[in-house]
Amino acid sequence: MKNPMRLFHNVSLIASVALLLGFFTVATSWSAGAQTVDDPFAAALQTLNEKSFKKKAAAIEAMAEIGDPRATAALEALAAGHLFSRKSDNAIVIGSGIENGYALTDPVSGAGVGDVGKRDVKKITVNNRLRGQIRGILGRLALSSEDAAQRLTAAQNIIKSPSPGSLDLLRDARDRETVGKVRDVLETGIAIIELESDDTRLRLAAIQTLSGSTDREVKALLEQMFVTDDAGDFVEADADVRAAAQAAIDDINGRLSLLAVAENLLFGISLGSVLLLAAIGLAVTFGVMGVINMAHGEMIMLGAYTTFLVQEIFRTVAPPEAFGLYVVAAIPAAFLVAGAFGVLIERGCIRFLYGRPLETLLATWGISLILQQLVRTLFGANNREVANPQWLSGALELGGGVSITFSRIYIIFFCLAVVALLAAFIRYSRFGLNMRAVTQNRAMASSMGIKTGQVDALTFALGSGIAGIAGVALSQISNVSPNLGQNFIVDSFMVVVFGGVGSLWGTIVGAFGLGIVNKFLEPFSGAILGKVVVLIIIILFIQKRPRGLFALKGRAAEA
Amino acid sequence: MGPITSRLMGLESRRGWMLMLALGLIMLVLVPILNLLVPADSIFHVRTFWISILGKYLCFAILALALDLIWGYAGILSLGHGAFFGLGGYAMGMYMMRQIGDRSVYGNPDLPDFMVFLNWQELPWYWFGFDQFWFAALMVVLVPGLLAFVFGWLAFRSRITGVYFSIISQALVFAIMLAFFRNEMGFGGNNGLTDFKDILGFDLASRNTKVGLYAVSVIALALVYLICRGVVSSKLGRVLIAVRDAESRVRFLGYSVTNAKLFVFTLSAVLAGIAGALFVPQVGIINPGEFSPAKSIEIAIWVAVGGRGSLFGAIVGAFAVNGARTYFTGAAPEIWLFFLGGLFVLVTLFMPKGIVGLVQALREGKLADILPKRRGQLDG
Amino acid sequence: MAEPALEPMSEAPVAAAAPAESILYLEGVSVSFDGFKALNSLNLIITRGEMRSIIGPNGAGKTTMMDVVTGNTRPDEGRVLFGENIDLTVLDETAVANLGIGRKFQKPTVFESLSVFENLHLALRTDRGTFKTLFARMTDGQGERIDRVLETIRLTERRYDLAGDLSHGQKQWLEIGMLLAQEPELMLLDEPVAGMTDAETEQTVSLLHEIARDHSLIVVEHDMEFVRNLDCQVSVLHEGRVIAEGAMDSIKSDPRVIEVYLGR
Repeated sequence: MKNPMRLFHNVSLIASVALLLGFFTVATSWSAGAQTVDDPFAAALQTLNEKSFKKKAAAIEAMAEIGDPRATAALEALAAGHLFSRKSDNAIVIGSGIENGYALTDPVSGAGVGDVGKRDVKKITVNNRLRGQIRGILGRLALSSEDAAQRLTAAQNIIKSPSPGSLDLLRDARDRETVGKVRDVLETGIAIIELESDDTRLRLAAIQTLSGSTDREVKALLEQMFVTDDAGDFVEADADVRAAAQAAIDDINGRLSLLAVAENLLFGISLGSVLLLAAIGLAVTFGVMGVINMAHGEMIMLGAYTTFLVQEIFRTVAPPEAFGLYVVAAIPAAFLVAGAFGVLIERGCIRFLYGRPLETLLATWGISLILQQLVRTLFGANNREVANPQWLSGALELGGGVSITFSRIYIIFFCLAVVALLAAFIRYSRFGLNMRAVTQNRAMASSMGIKTGQVDALTFALGSGIAGIAGVALSQISNVSPNLGQNFIVDSFMVVVFGGVGSLWGTIVGAFGLGIVNKFLEPFSGAILGKVVVLIIIILFIQKRPRGLFALKGRAAEA
Repeated sequence: MGPITSRLMGLESRRGWMLMLALGLIMLVLVPILNLLVPADSIFHVRTFWISILGKYLCFAILALALDLIWGYAGILSLGHGAFFGLGGYAMGMYMMRQIGDRSVYGNPDLPDFMVFLNWQELPWYWFGFDQFWFAALMVVLVPGLLAFVFGWLAFRSRITGVYFSIISQALVFAIMLAFFRNEMGFGGNNGLTDFKDILGFDLASRNTKVGLYAVSVIALALVYLICRGVVSSKLGRVLIAVRDAESRVRFLGYSVTNAKLFVFTLSAVLAGIAGALFVPQVGIINPGEFSPAKSIEIAIWVAVGGRGSLFGAIVGAFAVNGARTYFTGAAPEIWLFFLGGLFVLVTLFMPKGIVGLVQALREGKLADILPKRRGQLDG
Repeated sequence: MAEPALEPMSEAPVAAAAPAESILYLEGVSVSFDGFKALNSLNLIITRGEMRSIIGPNGAGKTTMMDVVTGNTRPDEGRVLFGENIDLTVLDETAVANLGIGRKFQKPTVFESLSVFENLHLALRTDRGTFKTLFARMTDGQGERIDRVLETIRLTERRYDLAGDLSHGQKQWLEIGMLLAQEPELMLLDEPVAGMTDAETEQTVSLLHEIARDHSLIVVEHDMEFVRNLDCQVSVLHEGRVIAEGAMDSIKSDPRVIEVYLGR
């Protein structure tokens, strides 16, 4: 029925459709009792009208036995107190609260059957015993679901509140299970329950199984064995079991700390790649022109707003299937927009200030204020929503509760690609050659016929354009607001200072170094203090190497 | 003292001194009289509101002098001077916080409200002594001075100059801001220190106290001006200018550039701290916002607008830019950032010697001299 | 803020003695930048009161040699002694200058926004400690000393002008004048006549002869004619080491020198 359009193509079907529709209307208006004849689920459901909890329990069990997919919704409603009996005809209905009443759904057909007042229905009551029974059944139903992801969730839910009663259930499911990941979870669940077993061998085997876990809760369970009771005895009486448990705890600890290192490393690399994207354009302009561009952060911000605009265009113009591609389209757009602003800034202001780096710094700061206010005036001061396209959302699970979003992983690769492209461009293109010549000796390059003014303008465009691209990436993981750039400017400067001016390698090492150090410091000192510590480290570091990690040496650098 | 190039020192002549003296007396005597003695309905009456505003400007002028001393003369552009201003302010704020005593909302005689709120049981060690004015006053000078000394020693010793120094100093003030935002630091976190009641027993809400603080600020500005004047017209002042022009050459003459810079940077930080300490009782609050990099970099534009390398110019610039801010934030707040940003660009491009330089050039008919030179040599 | 005082001998680092009559003694000095050997086991001895010219093609290590002597560059190995036993390799520029070594740069560097007079005033030999400088008052003796230097460098007329307004040659002279005011025992002059007119060069020659009467001098130059006129011992530097030493005439006929200068 979902797509009646298709039916209209076939005129001969119209009549039967009309018939069908008519039948359906009639069917739903009947009392549910009319269907019991050929629907055992409906019959079992109807039994819930009985007052006796015992009979209700039997009815619930019967619904589960039938294995009907409709049972899940009905039982969930029952446990939550949303299942009602309609006073007019004693039909069992699911009600969701609306103003002064309920919107009713027929659990058998799944169709809506109108709204009623609060007094027109009677709640089907359950007690705690029934709720427990329902939870078990729901788990069981989910465990036998067709969908592996649902089975996984079900298994995880059961582990959260392990009870000896679900042991058989889990074993059954394990024997049936074909997907390895779900099976592992089930094994863990079985082991957790068997930890309570009276059989020492079973407990040992369970510990053996659990020692491979990375779950903090499992660890906590194992640690429970070492709790002493009032008499000073361990909860776990058997010394062998305790020893095995200790070994398992050590195993888990080792794995957890390894995982923590991996997590810090991964998040450090992620932060580093963001820093690198933000700083690399700055490194280019600073390296070639010796100019600090305080408006660099605003180039990033402009890139992010360009992304927002491209997204809006896609939303209105492009077909919905293509919406996810807006990010790809935003990359060249952001490069061009930010690059154009870069040329404008260089030609309109910076070129008059060469040889006066401090004044350049102040003037570009002024430009950054103007750009911020401009964007605030045009787009408002609030954050703008940039949606992650489908292919960028989701997260990668690493186990032990650690996960990283796909967008961050993409950014790592994206950043590496940008840097590689830039490096190749500087290394192999004619313009890159000119750029390097100007970096090393401006006067000499100029006397050899290189138009240094042109090189400056294009370099600035390049640096700004890359900042714009960084803005595309940042729009996926951070808020798009007029202040976006300000949040990165100090950090990117630190990357450049730390890495050494004019060195691409220095910037790369600086960015990842700072990102990783930052993440490793965070657990000890908290996010903000970690940043403070990093800043202090940098200040002390440049004592040793005032020109950064990869500084040019010799007389050229002294000039 | 030998011949001094007068254009470096600004108003060197007798007439210049008389002008300064006259301005000082107007600020110190006339303005308070117009507030306290002239009836409120007279057109000559100066409202107390304006006394407080002027008092604030005076503190900014001291801050501008402090920056001009190192930037205009020694060529050190600190983008972190808000750190010293703020620390001086916090020191004074801590004193006034302790003076509140049990008149606070929670009524705890020993702990400021925010500490009670955080469930702290006793005063952190670094708050001890701040119930004494003399101790707080000492810290106003000592804390910024010490920080500047250590930071400057690290930076100047390893010959961090130019934009490098600027960036690092910005990182310094940024780090301090992040730190002060934390509640655990014990300086009131986000909200900072506020709700002050009195200073040295004088009620902060009363008009007389406000005028008094204003007068103290005028005197402080005059003293700071004289101190800066003394430094820049000394032989060391010339060494600093030499450092600005050709740093390594100064070393080969046998002067320790590190020590000269360290001295003037520390002095500048102390002056900035004093400015902060005078500022806080007049505005009634100090919070980590004072440490924001944007505020620190703005000081540079005050100096640039007035005229870098001219002490009088720094004062003029502080009054001019902050006057414009007061006007714009009242009349057209959305224009203010455009204006401020434009000021940064236009002054650096077209008025490298600021208002003072412009006036001088107009008087001497040498306008072409001050316009920026096109495209100089770019060498480090 | 301790600075080396006027009598530096007592504070200066002491090393194994050099020959008694030498004022500057370099032995086996090597410096390399990223693999490039700027100085390659350089040996050089300047005796007290001597004027010495050092010539050599570009990249021979002349400026690096001066950098090493004045504490600007640390040698990788070798001994650099001032007088008989003061180790220069551990001192910075300030300390070296206060020992009595003055240096004039290749590109004239004077303080352009100070007057000629002030430039000389700063250079005067005196206690250069920071606080001493802050409270320094000029004495009559110092004024006279500056006047004499002004006369020597022929800039008396322009004493109140900004150094930045001087001509190129005058800046060179001002810098030499600053060296004189410094009263160093040893002067290092890097291309003192670069960019000068012939007349100015001639005047400079006589000026240097005048100075050489009571100073030890090292003059680095390209201009052969100028070096010949200086009429002193010449050392030829090539690839970071001395390849010939002697009077100008004998140097000119040395086959190695000819190869270095003409062979490529």
